[in-house]
Amino acid sequence: MPPLIEIRNMKKVYGEEEAAVYALAGVDVQVERGEFVAIMGPSGSGKSTLMNILGCLDRPSSGEYILDGRDVSQLSKNELAEVRNQKLGFIFQSFNLLPRLSALANVMLPMLYNPVEDISDAEAEARATASLEAVGLGARLHHRPNQLSGGQQQRVAIARALVNRPPLILADEPTGNLDSKASVEIMDILHKLHREGVTIVMVTHEPDIAAHAGRTICVRDGKIVQSGKCAEAR
Amino acid sequence: MKPQKILRSAWEGLMLNKVRSFLTTLGVIIGVASVIVMLAVSAGTEAAIAEQINALGANLIIVSPARGTPGAARTLLIDDAYAIAEQVVGITGISAEQAPVAQVVKANNLTLENIAVIGVTADFPDVRDYAVASGRFFDSAEDDRKAKVAVLGAGIAADFFGADDPVGQTITVGSTKLTILGVMEAKGMVADVDYDGRIYLPINLVFQKYVTTSSIGGDRVRTIYVKSESQDKIPSIIAQITALLAERHDVEASKPDFTVQTQQDIIATQEATTAAFRDLLAWVAGVSLLVGGIGIMNIMLVSVTERTREIGLRQALGARPADVLMQFLLEAIILSLAGGLAGVALGVGGAYLFGALGTMQTAIVPESIPLAFGAAAIVGIFFGYYPATQAAKLDPIVALRHE
Ligand SMILES: Nc1ncnc2c1ncn2[C@@H]1O[C@H](COP(=O)(O)OP(=O)(O)OP(=O)(O)O)[C@@H](O)[C@H]1O
Ligand SMILES: [Mg+2]
Repeated sequence: MPPLIEIRNMKKVYGEEEAAVYALAGVDVQVERGEFVAIMGPSGSGKSTLMNILGCLDRPSSGEYILDGRDVSQLSKNELAEVRNQKLGFIFQSFNLLPRLSALANVMLPMLYNPVEDISDAEAEARATASLEAVGLGARLHHRPNQLSGGQQQRVAIARALVNRPPLILADEPTGNLDSKASVEIMDILHKLHREGVTIVMVTHEPDIAAHAGRTICVRDGKIVQSGKCAEAR
Repeated sequence: MKPQKILRSAWEGLMLNKVRSFLTTLGVIIGVASVIVMLAVSAGTEAAIAEQINALGANLIIVSPARGTPGAARTLLIDDAYAIAEQVVGITGISAEQAPVAQVVKANNLTLENIAVIGVTADFPDVRDYAVASGRFFDSAEDDRKAKVAVLGAGIAADFFGADDPVGQTITVGSTKLTILGVMEAKGMVADVDYDGRIYLPINLVFQKYVTTSSIGGDRVRTIYVKSESQDKIPSIIAQITALLAERHDVEASKPDFTVQTQQDIIATQEATTAAFRDLLAWVAGVSLLVGGIGIMNIMLVSVTERTREIGLRQALGARPADVLMQFLLEAIILSLAGGLAGVALGVGGAYLFGALGTMQTAIVPESIPLAFGAAAIVGIFFGYYPATQAAKLDPIVALRHE
């Protein structure tokens, strides 16, 4: 089995010539299946840039990205959309729920765009309900995001990320907008997912959140540095 | 993504903002309704004109002096009418008509001024499909000997005699005392002529008593109506009349000093004038539809900007550019089709209402409904496409970061 994620000499440059900013200056990362990895580093070090490329939302300027055995760095927009739908689940710092849709409708969205499986309405609703129940929101199916607490909204987002059963969950500061109690709830859910075999890559600023992960990758100035230097970088 | 799923997602998108969706369609509603109403009004006007001209009588050929030819108004003579009656084959009768100035009329101890008088020949009721209601019309012998007789329009009879039967009574038209032979049936206004408000006299009596002093003079007629036996004989009759009158007037048939027309010719001439009016209305309606389309484009562009994060999120969840394109395009098409549907209802209702209120005559043109609806659909596609491509072009990461 190849690693789930394999990145080689990845660079991301913004701007040109003298004004060029290397958000990623040659990064190599491997993530094995079933790993729970935290990414840490100072603000502006390139964590989100790396996550966006891992999430196929952005393309690297150069370098290779092999996801689940497939080179995705040269895929077309449509192929990338399919990869995002099938292989990836996103958890954002700001939840990114559609405000006018119910929790259930939000969780059903990824199934709307499923290119390989035509899911009936009833089936989609059943899967979304199960997904919300798995994050403890079985009683909040028809609530709108503004009727839910921050922690509950983030749990809806997790249910949405899980609903197509992707092998990889990408979470960019999932607890960044939450208090410590809600953060603990979210981390409990991520732990449960990890135990069930889902691979998780998570960006965080907080060492106690990072401590939940099996391994921490430290980023500084667009480069991976030794894990020991994470603390000093903060 | 399945088409019906995109459709539903577009519909849900619109339903989330019902007031805005309605206001957006308003332009298309008004545009489509005005296309239908305006076409109904001009079709109604044309129908009214055609109806009036057909009310002149069926299978009619109308001979009149050519307009614009010097002295032309003097060229058509009563003898021309007699020649047509005698020599042209395929006709059932002719009615030559001449109208002198309005007269002072006395009868039944009443005096009325400014009464229209018209001299006609004996076949007038038959040729003009205008029957006598009581008594009888004068015959050609009475016309020839300038008998002092009159036939009253229904309105004139009522004005002078009320409900009494005036047949056999006398009436003084100008300075001549006439015997009333009959009363015409009520016909009303046709092509701006009040048939009921006229007195019908033998044309030769009119020549003798009423036009001798006027500038028109002796035996000139204003119009000769010729009634054909049937529709298909009309072309031959026109040819015969043209040849006959050209010879009598000593002019070339290609440059006549008279015109020979059918009702269809007159209707066509009238339609040519209303066509310009109709075209103008169509342009106005088209422009309002265009403005409606621009309204849709404007709102869709606002919507794309407003929902940039939503677009980014949908892309992150697996929406392809084509899915995003279709969603926004369908939103625009649904808006304009809904507007088109409402506009058709409003236009048909409005046209019907105008007709019912009698403000103007309207006839809903059936083709205008698919036309207006189709135009609305095209407007939706045309003006929805640009905003939809703007949405589909968005880069997922840029869209997600949008504030
Ligand atoms: N679209 C862009 N255009 C230009 N520069 C950019 C762009 N996006 C990111 N950068 C630059 O790339 C670098 C890395 O940014 P990134 O967002 O990855 O940092 P981060 O590690 O996620 O920081 P934070 O912890 O504050 O979220 C920064 O210097 C940033 O200014
Ligand atoms: Mg970041």
